[in-house]
Amino acid sequence: MLKRYLNLKRGNARQIFFTYMAVIAAYVILQLMITAGVLSSLMRSMLVPICAYMVMAISLNLVVGVLGELSLGHAGFMSIGAFSGVSAAIILQGVLPYAPLRLAAAIIIGALFAAVAGFLIGIPVLRLKGDYLAIVTLAFGEIIKNIFNNFYMGIDSEGISMSMLTDKTRLLEGGRLIIAGPMGIGGIQKLSTFTAGFILTMVALVIVFNLVNSRSGRAFMAIRDDRIAAESVGMNITRYKMMAFVTSAALAGAAGCLFAMNYSTIVANKFDFNTSILVLVFVVLGGQGNMLGSIIAAAALTILPEKLRQFADYRMLLYAVVLIAVMLCKNNESVGEFVRRFAPRFLRSGRKEGKENG
Amino acid sequence: MRKFTALMTAVLLVAATAGCSFAAGAFKIGGTGPLTGGAAIYGNAAKNGAQIAVDEINAMGGIKFELRYEDDAHDAEKAVNAYNALKDWGMQLSLGSVTSKPCEATSAENFADRIFAITPSASAVAVTAGKDNVFQMCFVDPNQGSASAQYMVTKKLANKVAVIWKNDDVYSKGIHDTFIEKAKKVGLKVVSDTTFMDGQDTDFSVQLMDAQKKGADLVFLPMYYQHASLILAQAAGMGFAPKWFGVDGMDGILTMEGFDKSLAEGVMLLTPFNADSKDKRTANFVAKYKKAFGEIPNQFAADGYDCIYAYKQALEGAKAKPDMDRKALCTAMIAQFTTMKFSGVTGNNMTWGKDGAVTKDPKGMVIKNGAYVGLD
Repeated sequence: MLKRYLNLKRGNARQIFFTYMAVIAAYVILQLMITAGVLSSLMRSMLVPICAYMVMAISLNLVVGVLGELSLGHAGFMSIGAFSGVSAAIILQGVLPYAPLRLAAAIIIGALFAAVAGFLIGIPVLRLKGDYLAIVTLAFGEIIKNIFNNFYMGIDSEGISMSMLTDKTRLLEGGRLIIAGPMGIGGIQKLSTFTAGFILTMVALVIVFNLVNSRSGRAFMAIRDDRIAAESVGMNITRYKMMAFVTSAALAGAAGCLFAMNYSTIVANKFDFNTSILVLVFVVLGGQGNMLGSIIAAAALTILPEKLRQFADYRMLLYAVVLIAVMLCKNNESVGEFVRRFAPRFLRSGRKEGKENG
Repeated sequence: MRKFTALMTAVLLVAATAGCSFAAGAFKIGGTGPLTGGAAIYGNAAKNGAQIAVDEINAMGGIKFELRYEDDAHDAEKAVNAYNALKDWGMQLSLGSVTSKPCEATSAENFADRIFAITPSASAVAVTAGKDNVFQMCFVDPNQGSASAQYMVTKKLANKVAVIWKNDDVYSKGIHDTFIEKAKKVGLKVVSDTTFMDGQDTDFSVQLMDAQKKGADLVFLPMYYQHASLILAQAAGMGFAPKWFGVDGMDGILTMEGFDKSLAEGVMLLTPFNADSKDKRTANFVAKYKKAFGEIPNQFAADGYDCIYAYKQALEGAKAKPDMDRKALCTAMIAQFTTMKFSGVTGNNMTWGKDGAVTKDPKGMVIKNGAYVGLD
């Protein structure tokens, strides 16, 4: 498989290879640091959320960067993945006692639920384009949040019961209310590990790179660059858009599940508009269509506010200033030239092309 | 580019000057709370209250404390990060988190790391459930709901009650559910039960109209003060003047910027702390707080203050030394907290159960002339 990428004549083959290598190297170095005990608890606690945000950024980049449609409700899919995945993990507690297996099952179930939601939402949404599409995805993100805020689900010896608005599950003795409306899910067993996060990131990269470099991927880009031309050569626009959207939703669902399983509690309000925008910032900062950029941006912007803790009250102000500075530098030709002079040679062509794509 | 360099230099300068002080042989106490964002008033109050207690104790001689608060912006993810930052700093004893959901997340970490915690104000049951080393200084939510219903019946405050609550908020829902349950038991008539949520929290005319139409003579507001302030203003605008009854989240309404205090006139609330109390310790605390931070302390500040004094008492009881490791300290603190009796500004002779919940008496308060006055 590696050979196939290396033999590809396309300039971004090298970039793809470098992306894989960078992620693997980061994982190995961090693992060594953990074993040596030199990584602070703060950094260790951020590893899993960073992985989850990376997968979110990769999945959103597929829609925003490759397909060229602005989605403002991506946290909604994360939420679906989180709630369905965590519920599945709780229900499977007796069936699958081996934790990594249960986590894998939870992530797959979370991804499936998110994919189904992505498909259903995609039916009305993908008929729109541009600003309209962005606003409708925003609305769906809010709808998902509000549904989970009013959703109750419990399990007892008679099976699973659900209700909306108020808790009407009437669980028997020994039953457990899994999703408790605005209180979300509590008492989650922390199953997520850094290794699981790493594997999920790699899986997301493999899926997205393979999709982008396939016939469908070229169709996505054709639609992005000129919708009318693509339509005129007989491309089924809605089908390709749906393919990208559902893949993206599934990956977001998996990321949501990984994220949720890292905390003992999760609430629907966590996955609000702000989270969607945060992920969009990763994508824009990293470069649209540039997966490695998204990954680095996700890691950097998650660590940055924590590293600014020493500034106490000015923390979020500084965060915003740094964000503005980085955005300006990124779009500044002379700074770009300056950075490129020091960039490794084999990256140059790839990066240039990524820039043209974006 | 030159501007950028200048900016970075400025940033580095600030970094260099932001030094920190180290007290020799002090217990390191850390807590997380919302110091920024919508719930910042609570986090800052708890932090300031705790700081006053630390300063007092350090001035006394004997046990010394070093206090550090980290911002969690009322978010579980950030709270865990903040908790770990404190752990890296060397936190020995924890103040948990100020708000419920973040505290649920950090208390799981406290339990796993065996770092003892007492939260000033995280009131959800899930905060302490199943964790032997996490305690609360405040009432748990369910107690507030049932105590409010009981109080209304005992004091014969109303015949018909309306409830407006925020149905995507853990705190509000927890109190609402137990209030309704208790109301049914004690025969309190709830005529209107309406909700709002994030994003639809600026216009309350539908909820108020419903309460007015059904003839409610008391409206129960189990919510934080920001929303309550809007409800009070809108009710005044439509000429609806029932009795208002809040819970400890209502505390803070008088110090809210831009709020017309006359609107809160006559609002009743159930809270364990009374800033107008003639009690000597309370008066001393209120005076110091006013001097240092320019406002009357609310219940969160009082809880923070009490937490530090409870630590002092427990550490003295256990004859603990600052060089003890976290695990040993944790075991000693559990033994102390489950057996000791503590009197502070939020109540006398408080005791803690093995589940970490506190037992103390709530006080009814009413807002008169822009200040809290005890009802009893």
